[in-house]
Amino acid sequence: MNSLGILQSIKMALRSIQSNKLRSALTMLGMIIGVSSVIVLVSIAQGSAKNVTSQINQLGTNLLTINTFGTDLTLTEDKINVLSKLNGVKALSPVVSGRVNVKKDRTTSQVTLTGTNADYSKVRDTKVSNGRFINDLDIEYRQKIAVIGSETASTFFGAENPVGHYIQIEGTSFKVVGVLVSKGSSLGQSGDNVVIVPLSTGQRLVKSTSINQVYLQGKSEDQMDFVMNEVEMAMASMYPGKSDSYSVTNQQDIMDTMSSVSSTMTMMLGGIASISLLVGGIGIMNIMLVSVSERTKEIGIRKAIGAKRRDVLLQFLIEAVVLSGVGGLIGILAGVGIGKILSSILSLTVSFTSSVMLLSFLFSLAVGVVFGVFPANKASKLNPIQALRYE
Amino acid sequence: MVRPIIQISNLMKTYKLGGETVHALNNVSLEIEKGEFLAIIGPSGSGKSTLMNMIGCLDRPNAGKYLLDGKDIGKMNDNQLATIRNQKIGFIFQNFNLLTKLTALENVELPMLYRGVPAKERRERALAGLSKVGLKERAGHLPTQLSGGQQQRVAIARALVGNPAILLADEPTGALDSKTSKEILQVMKELNELGHTIVLITHDLAIAKEARRMVSIQDGQLQENGGELIGNFAIY
Ligand SMILES: Nc1ncnc2c1ncn2[C@@H]1O[C@H](COP(=O)(O)OP(=O)(O)OP(=O)(O)O)[C@@H](O)[C@H]1O
Ligand SMILES: [Mg+2]
Repeated sequence: MNSLGILQSIKMALRSIQSNKLRSALTMLGMIIGVSSVIVLVSIAQGSAKNVTSQINQLGTNLLTINTFGTDLTLTEDKINVLSKLNGVKALSPVVSGRVNVKKDRTTSQVTLTGTNADYSKVRDTKVSNGRFINDLDIEYRQKIAVIGSETASTFFGAENPVGHYIQIEGTSFKVVGVLVSKGSSLGQSGDNVVIVPLSTGQRLVKSTSINQVYLQGKSEDQMDFVMNEVEMAMASMYPGKSDSYSVTNQQDIMDTMSSVSSTMTMMLGGIASISLLVGGIGIMNIMLVSVSERTKEIGIRKAIGAKRRDVLLQFLIEAVVLSGVGGLIGILAGVGIGKILSSILSLTVSFTSSVMLLSFLFSLAVGVVFGVFPANKASKLNPIQALRYE
Repeated sequence: MVRPIIQISNLMKTYKLGGETVHALNNVSLEIEKGEFLAIIGPSGSGKSTLMNMIGCLDRPNAGKYLLDGKDIGKMNDNQLATIRNQKIGFIFQNFNLLTKLTALENVELPMLYRGVPAKERRERALAGLSKVGLKERAGHLPTQLSGGQQQRVAIARALVGNPAILLADEPTGALDSKTSKEILQVMKELNELGHTIVLITHDLAIAKEARRMVSIQDGQLQENGGELIGNFAIY
């Protein structure tokens, strides 16, 4: 009773913002830039984090990798058999790899060759879109068959179905039995320009029997630490004193490192952008202070007519909050727009989350309240007589 | 006997400027009955506006007592004074004091806004007030689009719209020609006949004589019936 309703106050604030369009727009600019830069930077950071995570997951799930370096350690089939019998290991696939020349008719190209077993498909989450993958018999009989990546397929066969046709790998004819589902490029390696052949054939192609990589798949995600331990102990007992020549890595570890890096990046970028929000808030405070002294007479008249301190305070506070809130809304729209444009121009992955938008909008409202209180309080404390005398 | 609506006793207001003290109000005592039409006359700088600000609860005295409707104004806080200004007093200022960014109608609505009157009723009453001063057609105009006399009439409508018990007018005709002045004076007389208490401040004797009672003020001191200002040594 006997006081100004909140709705009426908002209407009044909008009126006064409208009546000074240019200044209001300039004041909002600070908030717009602040909010939109928060949204753009955070969504780019989150987009790249998402990208990295999905790329790592593409390599296979619950994955352990043994890499060997140098020549003083050779992983042989019997040692690998020991590893495959470990408790937590569900599947295992040894790999020989190298670069090879592939030729068909007049087309020649350098392709990454992988010699491996049938389980590779499971362990590395590699599916065929066409035909079949390598099976155990292929390895046993040293079959000259190949499964090729989608990019390799289009290089040599165009739109034609490669299954059943032949390609020349290092001068030897191989029958294509399958084409892989495209994986896109992952962590800088194209996963699609590849040829996968049976392990035994592969060893002959790269002219080396040494297996330089073994992928192991654990039985379940929460056992990975245990499996890791098992594998490390088995390796240590098989190759005593040679722990410098091989490494065992857990994919989850890479993922954790990556996600902690990217969350640090998100926080840092968000923090930098929040500084511009703060600067925007100070801009609002400045303008509101100017506005209070410019409108001293108005405040005097309102008070003489019966406006209470609370009414005047609310009027100026709401003005500040409306300015910052509208600025925040425009900033969100601008941020999403700029993010979309950037993502298409620079082919970045951006990921907009509604929580970031909501948070930056609420933050802009809070900035309006915090920086509006001081000028509004100043206005409400004006002595009506002195304010009326003001010209 | 009915208690006077305004009882002022021994009011003091001093301003210190440098080393000098100005007695804007010097021991002023004044009683105003309900329904009276009082003119306060005095030369420039005599303390008229200061007295009006006291009566209107806009300013506080240094000493003295002021009872409005029997209530001690000196004991009230700022919010209570704002409420009294809003409900009991209508101001007509010397220089109109309209809000320049609001239309005539919105200016008239303002006192009701702070009283929490619903929008529809506010609009109706403001329009009625404007038509009472003959400005219904100008409701949507800004003060800058109105003549001085029209602006003052908007100010009168604003002062009246809350139906205040007391109307305080500080030289309402100061900026107007004699014809418009007469019109405005006529409006005030009509209001007085409707029962409003009116305090009219002026330095124009002709206008003051229209009132039913006249007091004069000089150097912050008040005298009944115009005092020496209109005697043999009159400045008028
Ligand atoms: N805020 C102030 N600070 C200092 N002196 C003031 C202040 N307000 C008024 N005075 C002084 O008080 C005296 C009375 O002023 P007041 O405004 O009441 O005069 P007035 O009778 O209304 O004059 P006018 O007819 O010119 O409007 C003047 O001498 C003035 O200088
Ligand atoms: Mg005056």
